[in-house]
Amino acid sequence: MVDRIPILKMGQYLLLSIQVDMHDQLAIDLQEDLTEQIVRHKAKGVLIDISSLEIVDSFIGRMLAHIANVSRILDAKVIVVGMQPAVAITLVELGLSLEGIATALNVEKGMRWLERTVDRDMSLEPESDDDTDISAEAGN
Amino acid sequence: MTTTQTFPLKQETDIVVVRQQVRKAAEQARLGLVSQTKIVTAASEIARNALIYGGGGECRIEQQMRDGRTAVCLIISDQGPGIEDLDKAMVDGYTSGNGLGLGLSGARRLVDDFVIRSEPGNGTVVELWKWR
Repeated sequence: MVDRIPILKMGQYLLLSIQVDMHDQLAIDLQEDLTEQIVRHKAKGVLIDISSLEIVDSFIGRMLAHIANVSRILDAKVIVVGMQPAVAITLVELGLSLEGIATALNVEKGMRWLERTVDRDMSLEPESDDDTDISAEAGN
Repeated sequence: MTTTQTFPLKQETDIVVVRQQVRKAAEQARLGLVSQTKIVTAASEIARNALIYGGGGECRIEQQMRDGRTAVCLIISDQGPGIEDLDKAMVDGYTSGNGLGLGLSGARRLVDDFVIRSEPGNGTVVELWKWR
């Protein structure tokens, strides 16, 4: 069985594609890995592709919500893309609406949303050019 | 025609095995894709309950006929402490642990028939049915 989900860094974004049937510990490890990498790479956005996931149960749903929350606090946007229609129907009937989690139909649309959202955010920060966060630098 | 297979639920990775076997059984019963996804998801919820709250158990997967239709029947059992108040446990949002409290109530909505038997000290048995 797979024991890690690879996380790819692309510019200011992190990309990951869940392509295995995750057991619970794998999902927990992914949360931790991702949180750590957001901080390490100062990532501004995270794209999570779940197009290969054949089910999302309450545990995986909770993991996605947790990732979205932690990322928001760490100032990174998260988008979940590619959910299969049967999975979406099941998830709603199960009682999980994934409120507060941005979603898109596919990777391309998700990436465009991330770029737009992150760009807009950057333009709202006039001091972002000389963004020298002393505490963050000291940690390196 | 009845085929029966039993799978243990002793560790987390067993939940993944059960999901895969339920998927296989649902395909063999020629359930539609949405029905397959629903029964697999319900199985995942109940199997996790059996493992976490029941301290482990097993999942029996059967192909049955129900009112002339091909059905998948899952019987997930544990020998854990059982459920004190079943009515309360079936309510959305009720949890004795740190979950979302959607397991039992959510799983019931996903299947065509749902039977639960439990008494304190005598474990829990959940039957999940999905037919064509």
